[in-house]
Amino acid sequence: MLYAILCYDNEEVVGAWSAETEGAVMGRLDAVQQKLRADGRLGPVARLMPTTAATTVRKGAEPLVLDGPFAETKEQLLGFYVVDCESLDAAIEVAVELGKASGSAGAHEVRPLMVYRPGDAGA
Amino acid sequence: MVDLDWVDAALASARPRAVAALLRYFRDLDLAEEAFQEACLRALSRWPDQGPPRDPAAWLILVGRNSGIDAIRKAARETELPDDDRLSDLGDAEGAIADRLDEGQYRDDMLRLLFVCCHPDLPATGAIALALRIVSGLTVPQIARAFLVGEKAMEQRITRAKARIADSGVPFETPGAVERAERLGAVAAMVYLIFNEGYSASGAEAGAREPLCREAIRLGRLLLRLFPAEPEIMGLIALMLLQHARSAARLDAQGQVILLEDQDRGRWDGRMIAEGLALLDKAMRHRRPGPYQVQAAIAALHARAKTAPETDWAQIERLYATLEAMQPSPVVTLNRAVAVARLSGPEAALALLAPLDERLDGYFYYHGARGAFLDQLGRAEEARAAFGRAIGLAGSAAEAGYIRQQLDRLSAPK
Repeated sequence: MLYAILCYDNEEVVGAWSAETEGAVMGRLDAVQQKLRADGRLGPVARLMPTTAATTVRKGAEPLVLDGPFAETKEQLLGFYVVDCESLDAAIEVAVELGKASGSAGAHEVRPLMVYRPGDAGA
Repeated sequence: MVDLDWVDAALASARPRAVAALLRYFRDLDLAEEAFQEACLRALSRWPDQGPPRDPAAWLILVGRNSGIDAIRKAARETELPDDDRLSDLGDAEGAIADRLDEGQYRDDMLRLLFVCCHPDLPATGAIALALRIVSGLTVPQIARAFLVGEKAMEQRITRAKARIADSGVPFETPGAVERAERLGAVAAMVYLIFNEGYSASGAEAGAREPLCREAIRLGRLLLRLFPAEPEIMGLIALMLLQHARSAARLDAQGQVILLEDQDRGRWDGRMIAEGLALLDKAMRHRRPGPYQVQAAIAALHARAKTAPETDWAQIERLYATLEAMQPSPVVTLNRAVAVARLSGPEAALALLAPLDERLDGYFYYHGARGAFLDQLGRAEEARAAFGRAIGLAGSAAEAGYIRQQLDRLSAPK
């Protein structure tokens, strides 16, 4: 069974870290990842850009494009994709297509990645 | 058990919102600041053991408000302080205040605070110093170092700025929609001024002033979180990120400026560039261009060029022309002339600048650029004269040093 582990934290606090703190945290995380990688148990690792860089595409007959992550609190994160797009416009097109295909309510958040390392778990 | 680093970072990031809300209660900058300090002391003694509260800013506002009220009471009449445990037993109250302090309220408080700090009656340096002290919480010695003045002088400058604000009877009502939009523009301009204070430094000063750039970016992000659909704020952050991304490559070991075309692009910060480009992309979708977005678009074209010769000067020239139309300024025209020189040669650039001779006569970069154009045309005598003018106007040793190199090259035997 593969598990996704999603990171939640206070963005303002993380954003206020000094370069030294940031480096130390990443170093500690890397140590954990290395063990998993050696066992072939590590899948893709991604770090997202801040929420201010996010765009939300609300599903519907006329998909609505909004700034920021505006998922309603009754909606939960159910999955995610990593797609390679030329531009934000292209990424929004993909989100619109996915929204139409799903046919349900809800939204897709388009959030640029800051770090991406493909892994090999479950391959 | 909470990490002390986490507590420090949480206090720093809650500060603007908390001080802003306390200013609304007390309508007095000193009192608001003291109340916040007091709340921080309590946080430091409680959070590490009891864990952080659900909403750190709301907790600090509530505790700060109580301690501010105590201070007022105490000053009015010596009364006993309520006992600490009762005061700090905030479980329910914190939840209630966090619910009431929705984004809208924060937004108005923050804007009011930032606007109070960039009051039009204050000189720009006073406004920036005050904002760094009150909003960012930098200490007076830190600010003094950043502005290269003594601590005493900086203390006086901040005290004077506060007194000026107290005298001018700044209104504390919730700003209306139109006012809010106007204020946002003034606040954005101040954030960019803070950035430029850090960015324009060179030589030995560069290290000490670099934190100003990071602080400006942090304030920009805060503004965008409050106004998530403002393309000009996105543009402003994009602009700052794209410029700051070059910081490791733009000064040499002696702190001398390295021109954009000579910089080692491998040393640019790819992560900052990626975020700047993402934000600019998002901003442009709004189809509401503004000066920050245009300047960010120019910086983005430089960032996208893998080598200097790949720079899309035609597009840059068009963007400067757009900026000129939005915000006519001889300095913008000067920048456009640099792009024109690349596209159509130095003669065309000189022709573009000719009508501005008088207005730009006291401007270092004007004479520097003119000298370079004349030099390219082989008009060595005139180039020497222009560089000579530039040296006289140089604002720093690094600027003067750069021009001197040009002069040495001109007089070197060919």
